[in-house]
Amino acid sequence: MDSKYFVASSPHIRSDVSTKKIMWNVVLSLIPGLIGATYFFGFRALYLTIIGVLSAVITEAIVEKCSGKKITIDDGSAVITGILLTFNLPPGVSWWMPIVGAAFGILFGKMIFGGLGNNIVNPALLGRAFLMASWPVQMTTKWLAPRGGSIPGISTNIDAITGATPLGVLKVFVGETLANPSATPEQLTQAKHILVQLYSHWTNLFFGNVGGVIGETSAALLIIGFLYLLIRGFISWRIPLAYIGTALLLGWIFGAPDGFFKMNVLFYIFSGGLMLGALFMATDMVTSPITPRGRWIFGIGCGILTVIIRRWGGYPEGVSYSILLMNLTVPLINRHTVPKKFGV
Amino acid sequence: MSITFKGGIHPAENKHFSEKKPIEKLPAPEIAYVLLSQHIGAPAKPIVKKGDEVKFGQKIGESAGFISANIHSPVSGKVKSIEDIPHFLGGYSTAIIIENDGLDTPADELEKHSDWKSLSPDQIPKIAAEAGIVGMGGATFPTNVKLSPPKDKKVHTVILNGAECEPYLTADHRLMLEHSDEIVEGAEMIRFALGADRLIIAIEENKPDAIATMRKSVEGKQIEVAVLKTKYPQGAEKQLINALTGLEVPSGGLPFDVGCYVQNVSTAKALRDAVIDGKPLVERVVTVSGLAVDEPKNVLARIGTTLSELLESANGAKGEIGKIVMGGPMMGLDQWTLETPVTKGTSGVLFIPPKQAKVGEETNCILCASCIDVCPMKLMPTSLAQNTKYEKFDMAKKLGVLDCIECGSCVYVCPANINLLHYIRWAKVEIRKMSKK
Repeated sequence: MDSKYFVASSPHIRSDVSTKKIMWNVVLSLIPGLIGATYFFGFRALYLTIIGVLSAVITEAIVEKCSGKKITIDDGSAVITGILLTFNLPPGVSWWMPIVGAAFGILFGKMIFGGLGNNIVNPALLGRAFLMASWPVQMTTKWLAPRGGSIPGISTNIDAITGATPLGVLKVFVGETLANPSATPEQLTQAKHILVQLYSHWTNLFFGNVGGVIGETSAALLIIGFLYLLIRGFISWRIPLAYIGTALLLGWIFGAPDGFFKMNVLFYIFSGGLMLGALFMATDMVTSPITPRGRWIFGIGCGILTVIIRRWGGYPEGVSYSILLMNLTVPLINRHTVPKKFGV
Repeated sequence: MSITFKGGIHPAENKHFSEKKPIEKLPAPEIAYVLLSQHIGAPAKPIVKKGDEVKFGQKIGESAGFISANIHSPVSGKVKSIEDIPHFLGGYSTAIIIENDGLDTPADELEKHSDWKSLSPDQIPKIAAEAGIVGMGGATFPTNVKLSPPKDKKVHTVILNGAECEPYLTADHRLMLEHSDEIVEGAEMIRFALGADRLIIAIEENKPDAIATMRKSVEGKQIEVAVLKTKYPQGAEKQLINALTGLEVPSGGLPFDVGCYVQNVSTAKALRDAVIDGKPLVERVVTVSGLAVDEPKNVLARIGTTLSELLESANGAKGEIGKIVMGGPMMGLDQWTLETPVTKGTSGVLFIPPKQAKVGEETNCILCASCIDVCPMKLMPTSLAQNTKYEKFDMAKKLGVLDCIECGSCVYVCPANINLLHYIRWAKVEIRKMSKK
């Protein structure tokens, strides 16, 4: 049955949405955040990001070349990893940090599993975890004051707390002082004063004139990028809603260092990497559940872990590890959340 | 707000090419190629032989089993031969080839019943069987069998399917505009035969003129015209029932398990013509469209007309033809030759230019879950495909692969260009093989 016509099984038409199109739109959605980072931290933020992207893309190309596979760097997924990895670094890190982090993330987070679609954890977060374990000083002290703001996001000129982000101040300074039985009344008063200051400056967190990692600074710009993806239909809304909603509720109940039900929820959700993580990293298609119910569970799990790490863990912030841990549960979640079939 | 089901897709409708073109009666072919297998079930048994004179509408193939259908001559003339010709499913199959004498001398084998209400309900399926009527929406299930459900299954709702959710196709649309009274009459016969109460004519909202025409035709009658959201696969039996009644046909079940009965509008018209005019099913409306035809249109074609004659009727090809689809672009069947003839289930023939013919290369699944979001059967196509790929057919079965209606929505949306349906079909074949052992 040789035919001069092309013969295939149905369907005979396809939508114009491709993996490439989705990935490059995600890149586009991260541009507002990048512009914000460049505005607040200077061109340093931009060039670190470019270095991170180049490292991710080149690593992927080299691995594919060496293993004789088709080079897929034009699909945009390595570019996303490069951007997100760099977005998770303090703006003052050395220039080689994004290179090492992105290369590690791509190599051990993605390529050894067989490339895009086969990875278990988010490559950018794996790269970040590697950097955190290997160069903790770089990762926890290289903060920069943003344009028109201070690192902790408040105007108080307390030398003791400069050099820490809002969540760092909350955990290390306020939290430990309040929990210290031998703290002087002056210290306690000062800690409470700073707490009030932190809460009242949540708008800094929203707009971005506050210290933090490169990409998390402005919640508003991240939300703009996310909304773009949402309107185009390229991103899940269930995971961010479940994640942020859970963090908001549990943060309000357990998040404050001075008692239950005392956390300012706006401060809580706009501080640290929650927006960046919930909107752009927990939503990574490959490493999040495929079922609607699974996505709710995944988001709620991320939220619970984030609140636990922030309040009782060893770090001021817990978004990255929460998502990494939840990534590992995805196969299990998928298996137990198979949707009810039609007619059953 | 119009009614619908959960899931589905909305591909470019592309109905504008032909929806305004009135049905054009095509001259009967000089040689008619009448396949004996035009329906689901056993092929008909030929009851004429080479050299026999046949009349227009004369029975030439006899139903050869419980699920089978009679075949009638679409022309008058002489049987040239009985031989294998290209079949629309691929490969070759037996056909009666008739040389048309151009006279259309009628056989008048079937009785005319202008007062059909005086018939008894069980006579309707008998007439349908005699006239060789099968589902004309594409499934081609013999209508007489469908009209005789098991005694313990009571049908309360008859749904007339005028959704025509496949892109490009406008045959049902035009039929509803030009023959609405006949369709309504046929629908009433179905309701009468089944002793059902409710009769709904369901049309997608992208055919407002057909909705208005049908509404006019049902005035004063106990018949509803329901407006459906334009969404694919709205015309799929289970989705249609769900949209209109909220009922879910159980997994592995049939519409009468929930007291429903679905029939295409063209079939209702054919039934009416058989009962009232004594006319067997020997012609049908076919949409000829696609970007590779010069003049897309709707034609009333005799069964046995070849695709090349259809192409000619549309003023020939415009540029090169890359692909020929019999049916709609979502569920239609690719044809490998223009010699394939029109059969009872041919709702349309699409001629596609080469640049639209091929699909992109398959890449890795990125687990975006778009296929899960659109699946009208609420299955997980990507998981079905994965399990099948690793030959875990038991797992695919457990995940409901046999419930797949093969609408192709998952493949349409897949950003990685994976032909998920290909894997699903493979799993179905393997599972059926296993259950036979």
